[in-house]
Amino acid sequence: MAMSLIADAFTLVFVAAGIAFFAAGTLGLVRLPQTLSRIHALTKADNVGLALVVLGLLPQAGNIFDAAKMVAIWLLAQLASGAVAQVMAEAVIAEARDGADASPPEESRP
Amino acid sequence: MSLLFDAVLCLLLLLGALGVVATGAARPAVIAFIGYGLLLGLAWVRLDAVDVALTEIAIGSGISGVVLLHCVRALPAPPRAPAAHPMLRPLAAAIAVAIAAALALAVLALPEPAPTRAADVAAALPATDLGNPVTGVLLVFRALDTLLEKVVLFLSLVGVWALSRDPACRGRPAPLSPEPAPAPSAFLARVLAPIGVLVGLYLLWAGADHPGGAFQSGAVLAAMGLLLVMGDQIRVPAAGNRSLRLLMLAGPFGFLAVGFAGWATAGVFLGYPPGAEKAVIIAVEVAITLSIAVTLALIVLGPPADEGRS
Repeated sequence: MAMSLIADAFTLVFVAAGIAFFAAGTLGLVRLPQTLSRIHALTKADNVGLALVVLGLLPQAGNIFDAAKMVAIWLLAQLASGAVAQVMAEAVIAEARDGADASPPEESRP
Repeated sequence: MSLLFDAVLCLLLLLGALGVVATGAARPAVIAFIGYGLLLGLAWVRLDAVDVALTEIAIGSGISGVVLLHCVRALPAPPRAPAAHPMLRPLAAAIAVAIAAALALAVLALPEPAPTRAADVAAALPATDLGNPVTGVLLVFRALDTLLEKVVLFLSLVGVWALSRDPACRGRPAPLSPEPAPAPSAFLARVLAPIGVLVGLYLLWAGADHPGGAFQSGAVLAAMGLLLVMGDQIRVPAAGNRSLRLLMLAGPFGFLAVGFAGWATAGVFLGYPPGAEKAVIIAVEVAITLSIAVTLALIVLGPPADEGRS
């Protein structure tokens, strides 16, 4: 009884903290001015948020396999969001460079 | 508590649907549509329809979303259209509201409990050796629908390839992402693709007794193929490749062959040989999964380029 009470309290605290991180990440996505900082806010905060939610749900898992699946989901999400954030950031930088390359020629033409 | 969750989910679905039609521009609308599909998948999970949820997220949101994004990028900017007739929008809104009201009336008018053949399926399922009633319906009781669905999928790829300038469709489709692939893409493809292929094969194998099956598995395998292409791990295959075309045809025509063989072995079209139902069902599932995976990936890649340019 006392054990399940402690487990439930643990879940509440960690899931609530995870939701707070998700909310912060979403706020950053909506409010930050540049694409790069938006990507940064979203991926960093969401990864921590998801980790906290998974950690909070671990005591509620029925058996060790369910717990392992949740940890695997977090690891895969971490891998995908980290790599996709890098790809998107490179695309943003390449787009900005191409834009800068395309504009000057009109003035520099003899 | 769950009622509150469902109410919030319904509200989000309505807002998502509104978001798709209200954005005005093509790209934000497609992105809203992808998000809407994810919410819809959550709704199917709440209705205990995990098979439908998997398909909705993988096909309705994932693959369709990528195809639509690809289309938006390929389309030229729309010319400034002359202002539509002022009555057009109110008229479209009125028709949409009328259809929604008619659908709501039809749902509310259903007798309680709603007519269902679930009990018949549950009673007949043991004869098929399958544990997942959805797979039983798809591959046994309504096998004709599934067969026609495979033909429709094949025809949609024919439709995409019809856009090619090369009448024989032999070339390679244009690359999806800039080349050479950025290092993170290559890393993601190398690390994620083996895990994803394993998940796809598991979905196929588990489909007999648990949620999963050919379509979900095919979609995951197609996504992994695209990931490998975008990470420069494999080349985009040429559309004229003979083994590629055989893989495309294995599902619909293999299924059709089993259907005709049913006349000889079970006395009815699409009947399975008595005693070997499970083995034949698994063979059909493997064939249609391979075809679905190849066909979905090729639909995303788009029409093959001219032979001269590739």
